[in-house]
Amino acid sequence: MSAHHDVSSATGASHGSVKSYTIGFILSIILTVIPYFVVVNHMLPVEGIAITVLVLAVGQLFIQLVFFLHLSRSSEQRWNLITFLFTALILLILVIATIWIMWNLNYNMMEH
Amino acid sequence: MTSQITNNHSAHHHDHDTEATSKVVFGFWVYIMSDCILFSCFFASYAVLHANVFGGPGPKELFDLNYVMIETFLLLTSSFTYGLATLAMTKENKAQVMLWLFFTFLLGLGFIGMEINEFHHLIIEGNGPSRSAFLSSFFGLVGLHGLHVTCGLIWMALLMVQVYKRGLTAIVKRKLSCLSLFWHFLDIIWIFVFTVVYLMGVM
Repeated sequence: MSAHHDVSSATGASHGSVKSYTIGFILSIILTVIPYFVVVNHMLPVEGIAITVLVLAVGQLFIQLVFFLHLSRSSEQRWNLITFLFTALILLILVIATIWIMWNLNYNMMEH
Repeated sequence: MTSQITNNHSAHHHDHDTEATSKVVFGFWVYIMSDCILFSCFFASYAVLHANVFGGPGPKELFDLNYVMIETFLLLTSSFTYGLATLAMTKENKAQVMLWLFFTFLLGLGFIGMEINEFHHLIIEGNGPSRSAFLSSFFGLVGLHGLHVTCGLIWMALLMVQVYKRGLTAIVKRKLSCLSLFWHFLDIIWIFVFTVVYLMGVM
């Protein structure tokens, strides 16, 4: 069993188990249903809803990275992890800087 | 333990296959990361343009959260069933791989059918992509994701034929591993589409 696991994880995409997929699936459902009810029932002020919903989405991102894509700090997965972290950095710069620049542009171009 | 008792020749052959698979799957992972950047540009433009409705309807008037919730569950479940197909693949169980791929395909087809239906309703009601900047960026972002899912479905159908005809050879398994990454990745992108476009749109 242990040798079999070594072989499959050496392929760059380790495969987990029924248990890990089921845990990931159940946690994803929970993290989808909670924000839905928070939004539908207006349980918080608007800023609170926005923050809650985004935090839960990032939570689900990590759940699926670990339980579905099996991203980990193991040596077979190290390069996958490094490229992912680099992509995350570029992605955040792109999205946050775009919103920042365009918000400022919009603000400064308004007719006073 | 079995892999250690195999003779030198087949062990060498096996090493060669796993090494090639490892490189291909990593290369595909890098492609997926570049696809993330593409999606981030569409997300950024949606974030900038979503309030510019040009006197037309906004997210609150257009989106039905219950409908989108069903779409979300279809895609999430399809990600889970693809995981089960991957497990069946490691157990060399061809029949189970076919069965789970078939379920995944049906769920993905249901998702894309619901999305096309949603787009169709928006367009016939005059709220197509040319209605406002908000709708342009909405159709761009959600349509890009839908296009990816459609490509994934075509790829999945072709792989089902290959699994059926050739069995679970090293190359077929490699392709199944790549599609597995692609399919789980599309589910992760959808979480953010669901959150940013739909949940934050109607709140």
